[in-house]
Amino acid sequence: MQLFFALLSGLLISAGIAISKMIDPAKVLGFLDITGNWDPSLALVMVAALVVYTLGFRLLLKRGSPLLRADFSLPAKQQLEPSLLLGAAVFGVGWGLAGYCPGPAIAALPAASSGTAGFVIMMILGWFIAGKVPIRNRQQKS
Amino acid sequence: MDNFTPVSALVGGGLIGFGALLLLATLGRIAGISGIASLAIFQREGRSWRLAFVVGLLLGPLLVGFAVSDFSYSTPDLNSKTLFAGLLVGLGTAWGSGCTSGHGICGIGRFAPRSIVATIIFMASGVVVASFF
Repeated sequence: MQLFFALLSGLLISAGIAISKMIDPAKVLGFLDITGNWDPSLALVMVAALVVYTLGFRLLLKRGSPLLRADFSLPAKQQLEPSLLLGAAVFGVGWGLAGYCPGPAIAALPAASSGTAGFVIMMILGWFIAGKVPIRNRQQKS
Repeated sequence: MDNFTPVSALVGGGLIGFGALLLLATLGRIAGISGIASLAIFQREGRSWRLAFVVGLLLGPLLVGFAVSDFSYSTPDLNSKTLFAGLLVGLGTAWGSGCTSGHGICGIGRFAPRSIVATIIFMASGVVVASFF
């Protein structure tokens, strides 16, 4: 049951990425590049997703627990540590270079493009390297 | 702005929000794609549901392709720029603990200050790089 809903969640998200055309890096770059023929579509995708998620989140938390597990598992961290700020900046550079963030890149894999496959392989390598070379935060206990 | 597609953006965006909400409603988890996909590869605990989620990610666009007759999208060329971008997206989403889905939608959706700050930063650096480089 858990596997079914996890799969369905991923499927709905990537279907949304496909329908909104965010699966197309040219479309995403049309939003990020503000110097050319600017395309605001990505902003509307975010707004629509946020309206649904924000309202649903409030309703769900009132229920107290998810359907298939005992508790919600939500990130509790509050600090704005260097790793968060630097990581977000580095991610943005890669996003602006290729027009791919992780979701659309993975969702586009079945198109069997060597560029998409190369991007995803390097992204996985990046995850691996970041796991070996974490950014040290001052308050972090080791 | 002749390439603006408001209807498909709203429909697709709503579907993304609903899919993310479904994971929260059933497994109680945040639908952060970078975190789920990387842990599906590098962590044994909780691998099965994460793999199922990634399989779902691969199936969605195929399904849309069957349903919509003129569905097509471009993909990047395989070159050093694409590869470098992939590496940066991997490093950045791991160090920054999230991407567009985890921070931009789930995080902002629950008003998490970390996610709001992270989203502002990656949007800003994305805009600067895409516009001026």
